[in-house]
This record gives sequence, C-alpha cells and structure tokens, in this order.
Amino acid sequence: MRELLSRFRYHIAIFFSVIGPGFITAVVDNDSGGIFTYSAAGARFGYLPLWTLGPITLALIITQEMCSRMGAVTGKGLSDLIREEFGLRITFLMMTLLVFTNLTNVMAEFAGVASSLELFRISRYISVPLAAAAVWFLVAKGNYHSVEKIFLFACVFYVTYVISGFLVKPDWKEAAINSVKPVLFLDPAYIYMLIGMVGTTIAPWMQFYLQAAVVEKGVTAKEYGESRIEVVVGCFMTSVIAFFIIVACAGAIYSIMPRDIETAAEAALALRPFGEYAFLLFSAGLFNASIFAASILPLSTAYTVCEGLGFEAGVNRRMGEAPLFYTLYTLLIAVGAGVVLVPGFPLVRMIVLSQVLNGMLLPFVLIPMVLLINKRDLMQEWVNPRWFNLVSWFVVVVMIGLTLAYAGIALRGLY
Amino acid sequence: MMDHFLFFTELASMPVYDVKGRRLGRVKDAALVPLVNSSRIDRYLVGGGDAWLTIRYDQVRSISLEEGIFLSDEHLTPYHDDEYMLRLGRDLLDQQIIDVTGRKVVRVTDLTFEVRPDGTRDTLIVSDVDIGVRSILRRLFQGVLPPLWIRRLQAPIPPRSIRWEFCNVVEPDPLRRLRLNISYRKLESIHPADLADIVEDLAPAEREAIFETIDSEVAAETLSEVDPKMQASILESLEPEKAADIVEEMAPDEAADVLSGLEEETSEDILEEMDSEPKTEVQELLEFEQDTAGGLMNTEYVALHDNATVANAMAALKGNEELLENLNVLFLIDEEDRLSAAIPLARLFLAPPDGRLKDLAAETLLQVTVEEHQDRVVELFDKYNLLTLPVVSENGKLNGVITADDVISVLRQK
Repeated sequence: MRELLSRFRYHIAIFFSVIGPGFITAVVDNDSGGIFTYSAAGARFGYLPLWTLGPITLALIITQEMCSRMGAVTGKGLSDLIREEFGLRITFLMMTLLVFTNLTNVMAEFAGVASSLELFRISRYISVPLAAAAVWFLVAKGNYHSVEKIFLFACVFYVTYVISGFLVKPDWKEAAINSVKPVLFLDPAYIYMLIGMVGTTIAPWMQFYLQAAVVEKGVTAKEYGESRIEVVVGCFMTSVIAFFIIVACAGAIYSIMPRDIETAAEAALALRPFGEYAFLLFSAGLFNASIFAASILPLSTAYTVCEGLGFEAGVNRRMGEAPLFYTLYTLLIAVGAGVVLVPGFPLVRMIVLSQVLNGMLLPFVLIPMVLLINKRDLMQEWVNPRWFNLVSWFVVVVMIGLTLAYAGIALRGLY
Repeated sequence: MMDHFLFFTELASMPVYDVKGRRLGRVKDAALVPLVNSSRIDRYLVGGGDAWLTIRYDQVRSISLEEGIFLSDEHLTPYHDDEYMLRLGRDLLDQQIIDVTGRKVVRVTDLTFEVRPDGTRDTLIVSDVDIGVRSILRRLFQGVLPPLWIRRLQAPIPPRSIRWEFCNVVEPDPLRRLRLNISYRKLESIHPADLADIVEDLAPAEREAIFETIDSEVAAETLSEVDPKMQASILESLEPEKAADIVEEMAPDEAADVLSGLEEETSEDILEEMDSEPKTEVQELLEFEQDTAGGLMNTEYVALHDNATVANAMAALKGNEELLENLNVLFLIDEEDRLSAAIPLARLFLAPPDGRLKDLAAETLLQVTVEEHQDRVVELFDKYNLLTLPVVSENGKLNGVITADDVISVLRQK
C-alpha cells in the first residue's frame, strides 16, 4: 500500500514538474470568458467558426512565444520594457486601457462564479461576495501558491467536453470541412463573435502575465528552449479544448435549434450526454476556471500597472509600502464583483462582451511587442525571424479591420 | 528667476537663444560628464533644423523658466555622441536606478535641478531624482499645458524624490561603467539582506554587473540571502574566478548548498578556482544529501581536547575570532576525535581559569549522525530549544554543527 502511494506521489510529481508559466497560462486561457465565448459560437453558428481555430492557434503560439522569449532574454516584464523604450505617456495610455479591459474580464470571472452556482439556486448575492473575499485573502495573504495546484488539477474537467464532443454524435464531416474552409460574411453578430474568439484566446493580459511569470521563474536565454516547447504545447491544448467546446455545443444545441446562449443552464446543455450530472460537471468546471482566473487577473493587472509606472508592487510588501498596488488590486476585485450584483445584470452577454474588448485591445499590445522584440540592442541574436513579424502584423491588421468593420456596421445600424 | 529649481520636463523643449537673441532651437536633452563633475549639467543638446548642437555649461548666460536659455558664446559645435556623456533623457529617464538610502530599485520619472547663478552664468545641478505621482503628472502634461500651470497643478501632491548623491545608476557594460564613473561602492554599505532584495528586483545582466564589481565578502553575504534559484543563475553568469572568490567567502555549508544547485560542470569549474582549504571543506560537505543533517551542517565550530582547561578554551577562541559572532557552544573530543561533551559558552565566564572544561559540560549531550533526516533535526531544535546541534559520523567523530539559522532556512523553504 505504501509503495502504491509513493508511486502515485511520483506520478503527481512528474505531472507538476512539467508545469511552468506556459502551461498555467494555457489553462487560465480557458476561463469563464473562454467557455462562454466558444459555447456561444458553437450554439449560434454551429461548426462554422471552427476554421478560425487554425489561424488563432498560430497567432496564439507566436504571441506567447514572443512574450516568453522577451522575458527570458531581457529578464524584464512587458510593462517595464514598454516604459523603458516608449516612455511614460504611451505606458500610461496602455495601462489605462489595460485596466479598463481587465476590469471587464474580472467582471466576467465573477459572472462565471455567479452563473455556475446559480445552477444550484445559490444566489449571486451570497456566492459573489464570498468568492471575492476568498480571492482577496488567498492572494493578499500569500497562500495562493498552495492552492494553485488544486486549480490546475481541477482543470481535468475540460476532458468532459472532449468526451461530450464524441457522445453528442456531431456531424464529423461538416466539422472537418468547416475546420479548413474559411467563411466570412458581414453579419455583425458573426464579426462580433470572431473578435470575441480571438480576444478570449489571445487575451492581452495574458501576454503581461506570461512574460512576468517567465521572468519570475528565472528562465534564462540559455534554458529558453524548454520553455518554448511548453508554450507551444500549452497553446495546442487551449485550442483542442476550444475545438471540442464548439463541437459539443454545435452537436447538442445548434443542431436542434441555433440560438444565442443567455444563461449558464443553456451552455451546460453541451454536456447533455452526461445526463443528470451535466449541470454538476459544468458548474464545477466553470466555478474552478472562474476562481482560478479571478485569483490571477487582478493580481497580474496590479503588478503590471505598478511596475510600468514605477510604483512598489508585490504581495510580499506590506500595505503601507505598496499602497497603489493594494488599492488597485482591491478595487479591481471590489468593482469587478460589485457590478455583477447590479440587479438584472446580463451575466452571459457581459462575459462575451469582455472578450470582444480583449480582441479590440489586442493590436495595441501586439504593436509594441513586435517593435520591442525587433530591437537588436535589447534582444541581441534573439530578435524575431521575419515570418514571425509577418504573422504578427497580419494579426494586427486583421483585428483592426474586424473592429472597424464591426464599428461600421453597428454605426450604420443606429441610423 | 522665480524659483531656484527646474525640472527636466521643463528643461526639455525650452527655447535657446544665441548672443544676438536669435532663436537657435529647443533643448532636446542634457548630459552629465560624470568623470568631470558628478552632478553639474555639462552639455545641453539643442535641436533646430536637422542637426543637433552641443552647448557646454560655460557657454550659457542665463536659464529661466519664463524666457528660456540665453547663451554667452557664439562658437557652438555640432552634436556627436560621446561615450563619456550620461544623457539624462536617453540614459536615465524611465530607467531603473538603485535608491541607496531607501534600499530599493526605483524608476526615474523626472529630475529636479538646482539653478545656481554664479555671477557670470547660470548652471544646473542635478539635485533629486523624482518618482511617484507628482512627477508622473508632470510627464503626462509636459508640452500640453504651460509649465507654470503644471507647477500649480502638482502643488497639492506631496513630492517623492531621492537625493542625487544617494542614487546609483545601473549599467551592465563594464567599459561604459568606467567611462561614466559608475561604481557600486555605495552598495557595499547596504545590509546584505536588503542588497539581496535589490538584486532580485534587477534584470540578470545588471545583477551580474553588481556581483562582478562589489567586494567578494559583501557579495558572498548578499548571495547567501538571495533566493536559491537565483543564486545558481548568478554564479553561472560570473567568471569562474570571481565566482570562486565569492564562494570562498561564504560559510562552507551555504557554499555547498549553492554549488549543489549548479550544473556539475560549472560547480567543478568554480571548485577548481578555489583555494585548497575552503575547497576541501566544501567538497566534504558536498558529499552529503541536501535533506540530511550532513547537508545542513557547517564546519564552523571550536573543539578542544577532553581534559582542556578554561584557559585553553580562551586561547582557542583568540585564534578563531572570525567565528565568535555566532558561537555559543564549545565541544570536547577524545583522542579519536569522538564527541564527548558540549560546553555552553557563557559558563566560561563564571569558571576559574584553571578549571576543567569537562566540569562545565551541559547535562545532556544531544547529537545527530550525518545521515539523520532534516525533519528529525528540526524536531530536536524545537523540542530542546537548541541554538546549536553537533553532527557526528557513524563512529561518533565530530563532523560539524547545525545552527538555528540553518533550521530556519529549512522551515522557510517548506
């Protein structure tokens, strides 16, 4: 028995030894925003959006790889580099945009908490304040690292989507065709959803988080090869899960009646093959993903902003030493959770909106990243290969184009 | 002049007029030449048209916020980059520097100059590095609002500044450090634990630069306070000779811990460069597993023969002054180096010089073998409120001691 236990512990140890910044970022990538955005895409448009996953994965790999490379080579965070190379004004502007977008993301995480527990008739007026307080203490008191592994392990929940993706008997032929056949039409709902899908997969805040995590871990340019593999594997994992969420929703919801998802109960239908356990599985998974991201996001935002503007930051500093850091951190959680409690707040619609904002902000994070990573005095021989630049600029152009197209259509609709 | 100070944000883009009152252009940047003077602005770089001009400090007649800069000399030289110049806007603004008195790394948002009129000309002396909200406000509104408005706007915000003489600029390139007269001497006065925090906040190249240049003893004390993961990467980045100098200055048990975290090849290289005495000590300690008593112990103890007297003990202590700071127990060993008794140091004060040490021994002799697991060691320290615990080999020979600070490190790592 003892031997069995020690063998089990050995396997767990192996599992956690491969976990680094890239893997954690990939897992957090599928937060409540991710789950709802992919679900909404599959429920409304069926297999149609699958073609975007290929290009999105490529773009995701490239952006994540650039961040971790910059972190490993310079040993500095992304906001530090932006400040040093582009000055205070641009940093300030970016930080303002980032705080705003991330605040909507924090709202989305707490909306995820609320909607997951409302499936069990637990009022959001109980669940959200409790979750907010728990997250605040967990991180501010420095206990976060002890529970991080639980969060990670609970993410095996995503496997249920893979199983469900098979059990709902989707139309595999159509799924395969749509995975490679791009379809674009100027329907505002479709464009809105495309921006959201890119935004949820390549969220701007993740770039700051990943680079900071690589620096924090002390990865050097010499050992960078391993991190790169981890980043690429993580990106693929994110996309595989996204694929199955869309397929499960297409098979379980779209094939019966295409519609917009308004509640968590509708999104949970994708796990219908699990029968009476569907709600439980969906709720547990969504809850875990939301709390996980809610623990990381406000902290990462407060760090990024304080470092960029040159204020003291870090949970190992006392409140008197890092007032701005704690104020920002607390405000993000308080406002993020507070807004969700406004009566009649449309949870799911708000979650998807936050991901669309991510997509709209993305070019403004990507542009400085590409400019930085091509500076030879900063990156030496580690500057970008040309095709990386091409892909990055392409993403920038596409995202600006989509945003303008959406704005154009939406404006015309007003008159 | 309404005030005797000026901010860099105000200096930048100030208009410059020549002797005849013709406008030459605006100030683009200003530079110190630290080898000549560590705080006086030596050059003003002025841009007008397509080329920049360099103006020496002694070519300036007056500087005022309202009217700009008037020159007293016509012979101006075109600007060309000069490695002896520390350009404020390019090299200092938005970069990280070390605040020596505050013992932390800060980012420069703005600079404050003192305007010093000395009869024939006005000179600018860098007086403070500004950080915090007040200077951020100045940067954001620079060029958008008139300078006087900005001064009024910022008035209610308390300033956060660091005196220039307590700032240490960080420069990874050794040649440039020489030319800019940057040294890390000031850092040596900081407590090693604080210096370790500072170093952790810097980028790897800057870290390396600091360890390369500061005194080996300070470097050793600092390195042992740095996060274990970072210790390895710092030592790996240094030249083996310098790394060996630092490791030699460390307590042998800490040195062994650090070296065991390195790649085999690197730790061999470093050991190669070490002097023979510390080297053997460290090599012996490296034999033990990290989580055993052998891995925790150090060899900094004083042991005397069984029938030694108090006078002998005093003589032995005189020969080991470097150990005194952390010593609280003496050990007695027999002919075969086997541990026989432990003497609490304080008892020596009350004993006559010819008294036998044996008679002063602690009632119970606690000891562990080198293979004992660290958890057991921690238990013993807790149970018996120990400060020092002797470690013996299989056959009872005294090999080393574990002190309370080693135990605290074990507990901290959990």
